[in-house]
Amino acid sequence: MFLEKLILVVIVFTISLVIAMYATYFERKVAAWLQDRVGPDRAGPFGLLQPLADGVKMFMKEDFIPKNSDKWLFIMGPGIAMFTALITSTIIPWGPNLNVFGRDVVLQVADFNIGILFILGVLSIGVYGIMIGGWASNNKYSLFGAIRASSQMISYELALGITVITIVMMTGSLSLREIVESQHGMNWNIFYQPVAFLVFFICSLAELNRAPFDLPECESELIGGYHTEYGSMKLGFFLFAEYISMFVSSAVITVLFLGGYNFPGMDHFSGNTLAILSLLAFFGKIFFFIFVIMWIRWTLPRFRFDQLMHLGWKTLIPVALINLLVTGLVIAFTSGWMTKEKQISSVDHQVEKTEIIVKR
Amino acid sequence: MSIELIVYGLGGLTIGSALMVILSKHPVRSVLYLVLTFFLISANYIMLNAQFVAIVNIIVYTGAIMVLFLFVLMLLNLSKEQEPKTSMLAKLAAALAGGSLLVVFAAAIKDVVVPERLMEGQILADNQGMIESLGQLLFTKYVLPFEVSSILFISAMVGAVLLAKREKQIIE
Repeated sequence: MFLEKLILVVIVFTISLVIAMYATYFERKVAAWLQDRVGPDRAGPFGLLQPLADGVKMFMKEDFIPKNSDKWLFIMGPGIAMFTALITSTIIPWGPNLNVFGRDVVLQVADFNIGILFILGVLSIGVYGIMIGGWASNNKYSLFGAIRASSQMISYELALGITVITIVMMTGSLSLREIVESQHGMNWNIFYQPVAFLVFFICSLAELNRAPFDLPECESELIGGYHTEYGSMKLGFFLFAEYISMFVSSAVITVLFLGGYNFPGMDHFSGNTLAILSLLAFFGKIFFFIFVIMWIRWTLPRFRFDQLMHLGWKTLIPVALINLLVTGLVIAFTSGWMTKEKQISSVDHQVEKTEIIVKR
Repeated sequence: MSIELIVYGLGGLTIGSALMVILSKHPVRSVLYLVLTFFLISANYIMLNAQFVAIVNIIVYTGAIMVLFLFVLMLLNLSKEQEPKTSMLAKLAAALAGGSLLVVFAAAIKDVVVPERLMEGQILADNQGMIESLGQLLFTKYVLPFEVSSILFISAMVGAVLLAKREKQIIE
């Protein structure tokens, strides 16, 4: 059991890293495509070895630590960013059970009954990597980047949390697997909660520090933002963590709103065929979201900081709150909390339950 | 046995990092040790089968409040030369206040009744400390204190907004 989980952890981390690696290549190709260029095509066929070349370049650069920086915190910053980016991938349900050599393997490292709160928790500590790195650099541009990152992430976390509550109210569970199971077939949350989906997606972009919300590393104002003083693989970690978070948050959006590994017509399959098709469907949706995030980056210009705060506090939070209220009212009316009949029927339900238990 | 070892190890680490909060010279480092302390407290909650409290502790304290602490300290950029000197009297008063708080805590802990199941190291029931049972308790037995505390938060928020507004008018 322990060994099984260990292998699963290694596989999940490897997949996250490889996908993040090729996301860098994919981003350049998407940018080239949108700007009518060719993009990287020198290293290997179609430039497919470009990420490897970049990795080697990052490692070969001089590993420099500025003299006036706080040395340990300077080293810790990129590490924390990488850790928080990777850790969320452990609780995502990747697919239904897969049968390997006669054993049912659960394709999820840990199924907490508070899975979704775990995501929010990791999200809220994700800002520490940037803050610590930016402050320890002892550079005013880095500090500005770090401060922008933290205020932006705190502002958008609120609206994000409220939309998550809406989904939890609809499902009645905080476990990610149960949220996915409740969206069986084509019964996806996006059709019931389009507003929540939109708010969640915008907030995810802001939490990822991706354009149009990439103010912490805004080149035209802050040189490089929080990673101005970084070089070599430490810079590589910061950049790489962003791509890993992109992959993981695409997975989270898919789980919450696009039915995770569910796909229409899944009842016709069973066993390992179902598991593999579900995995393919899940990764297809994730790649679609990664593409959309890149598409947005190369289409929209960057916000100004006051516009960003205005959007977060005065638009997204009220919209999310109204959406929450409407959802609550609809749930209350449809499940009949406002009428007396339902109370009797719920008592009936309980009686039925106890009868079943007694029969057993 | 191994669980007991983990509990003692975690307790020791928690106390150690809590001590580092007050012993480290640099304010930013103090705050980072405080973040670490909150993480370790969450780990202790998980050992007590209180997953929900553990994760909420991380979201609220390390995720929001400590980020704001760090935010302010980074803006102030305190260094040793600028550190304000505290007078001997203030130090004495602080020691007295802290000491009396310690006495109160010690008295409170002395009277705590530890359930026998915990003493024997038995594993708690599955649903205890989980979110369902916590929600049931909060909205039935403890509904009044729960709602009263939310009123407290509202009043704090209104006060903060009021202060911010007034300052803006002066600038204009």
